[in-house]
Amino acid sequence: MKGEKDITELQKICLEVRKDIIRMLGEAGSGHPGGSLSAVEIVVSLYFSVMRHRAKEPNWKDRDRFILSKGHCCPLLYAVLAKCGYFPAEKLLTLRKLGSPLQGHPHNIELPGIEASTGSLGQGLSVANGIALAGKLNKKNYRVYCLLGDGETDEGQVWEAVMTANHYHLDNLCAIVDRNRLQIDGNTEDIMHLEPYPEKWKAFGWKVIEIEGNKIEEVLSAYRQAEKIKGKPSVVIAHTIKGKGVSFMENRVEWHGKAPKKEETEKALEELNAAVSLRTK
Amino acid sequence: MELESTRDGYGEGLLKLGRENKRVVVLTADLGESTRSHWFQKEFPERFFQMGIAEADMIGTAAGLALSGKIAFVSDFGVFVTGRVWDQLRVSIAYNNANVKIGSTHCGITVGADGATHQAIEDIALMRVLPNFTVIVPADAIEATKATIAASKINGPVYIRLGRASLPIITKETAEFAIGKAELLKEGKDLTVIACGIMVHQSLEAANVLEKKGIFARVINLHTIKPIDREIIINAAKETGAIITAEEHQVMGGMGSAVAEVVMENCPVPMKRIGILDSFGQSGKPEELMREYHLTADDIVKEAQNILKRK
Ligand SMILES: Cc1ncc(C[n+]2csc(CCOP(=O)(O)OP(=O)(O)O)c2C)c(N)n1
Ligand SMILES: [Mg+2]
Repeated sequence: MKGEKDITELQKICLEVRKDIIRMLGEAGSGHPGGSLSAVEIVVSLYFSVMRHRAKEPNWKDRDRFILSKGHCCPLLYAVLAKCGYFPAEKLLTLRKLGSPLQGHPHNIELPGIEASTGSLGQGLSVANGIALAGKLNKKNYRVYCLLGDGETDEGQVWEAVMTANHYHLDNLCAIVDRNRLQIDGNTEDIMHLEPYPEKWKAFGWKVIEIEGNKIEEVLSAYRQAEKIKGKPSVVIAHTIKGKGVSFMENRVEWHGKAPKKEETEKALEELNAAVSLRTK
Repeated sequence: MELESTRDGYGEGLLKLGRENKRVVVLTADLGESTRSHWFQKEFPERFFQMGIAEADMIGTAAGLALSGKIAFVSDFGVFVTGRVWDQLRVSIAYNNANVKIGSTHCGITVGADGATHQAIEDIALMRVLPNFTVIVPADAIEATKATIAASKINGPVYIRLGRASLPIITKETAEFAIGKAELLKEGKDLTVIACGIMVHQSLEAANVLEKKGIFARVINLHTIKPIDREIIINAAKETGAIITAEEHQVMGGMGSAVAEVVMENCPVPMKRIGILDSFGQSGKPEELMREYHLTADDIVKEAQNILKRK
């Protein structure tokens, strides 16, 4: 899938994915819009420009791997996987329903394209490390990407994994932190102080790349930069807006984990459609 | 009598596996020597991962290695590799059906002087409730080696419960070991003693004492707690009419509970579970602790005589 798409094309895909997320959550009646919307550019860039992967051959040995450590944001991943052709887009509306492979948090046995089951926060980076270590052992040159929430990094296990990646010089690993500054109960700095944040990662031996995470150009250039770093892992600290793209959700903590009602869904889709037509003008 | 710990048997198993299967990797959290993984480390340093004192991360890393085609053996103390990381076992390993084997040493009170913090006596209960996990409790070092090798041959998570104490060798090198297939060690018609781990040896001793009193006890080594060998249990209930279980573990949720579930649903007969009764362990010599917590052959003899009155 490594055909480069231009920036406008990627921005268009981002809008489509945002619409899918809203539709899915509206239909499901529950789920997590805020952190799904904030990370759209981060994940779309990976699947449509950066990663080598094959939708029709999800277990292709040489694929780059993506682990969604913040599993609650799976509507985003599902929407992107469907757009890539991993499964038919109709399936998206089965999210969170009985018997659906689109579980409320991702399950790798149910759905091709999911590398690891997640949902209990703080575990994904360790799994990503294991996959990166196996890559080194097997002399494969695949890369491993792992997306974490900023609140998620309250977890001690994340910092164990941060040490491990440094200890084993996992330069085939790139972590991305969605630094939207919100978690469930409020602002990250009020819940559990994270700053000085980049300095923490640096002190643990990582290459730190800070960007505006809702700007495709910056996201792409961060991944390119990370690919060139040798001997240590890289982290992209992506400053984003939680709920990005839907005005009434943006930066609002209450939109972490509730689905839009019918009118809210329509209003959100209207906004996103308006943005689409603005783009295509 | 030859003495060896089940952790030694595990370490030997890892070494054999390392030689015959390049997919095997081993991880530990600063307990390489204590878990006998250092033998593997010495011969295969590139396939050995020292993870520091960070058990949660170790479980996740093992899952990632397994999801990438490795057979990952995690070597650590029973207390730290079960309860402390139970959610990581549940999500990163069990829910992924990741091909990870947990070599859990220092289980049971025979850990001895280190005391309660280091004596895993809840681990069977914690592990057998996790979907996809196989749970094995070898009875001696020979069986531990066989269990380690057998675990590598099935695809999916396996928990192997091991001990620190030196134990008599009671199984034969030539005996077949099949996961899920319990071993009949001694025939008997009056009652059945079903045991695992260190208690298998105690049960055989008890059966010999009972025989002198004219009581013939069947003895079964239930080395696999999950999937459980229903057939051998049901037959024992039907043919001997009374069952005693013996384990170096809490009776609540442990091997005896697993046996009781099968007996109760299929052919209820009088049962008695021998094990630790809703308490922590404590410091002491292994033999002292076995007496203190009523885990000796004498205790089994006593309970056998009691249960016959309930038949
Ligand atoms: C171990 C664990 N504890 C608690 C939760 C409940 N939970 C779900 S999302 C969340 C907040 C996550 O915030 P953040 O990582 O910042 O994610 P984002 O803002 O990107 O949605 C919490 C506490 C969980 N899923 N896992
Ligand atoms: Mg956040």
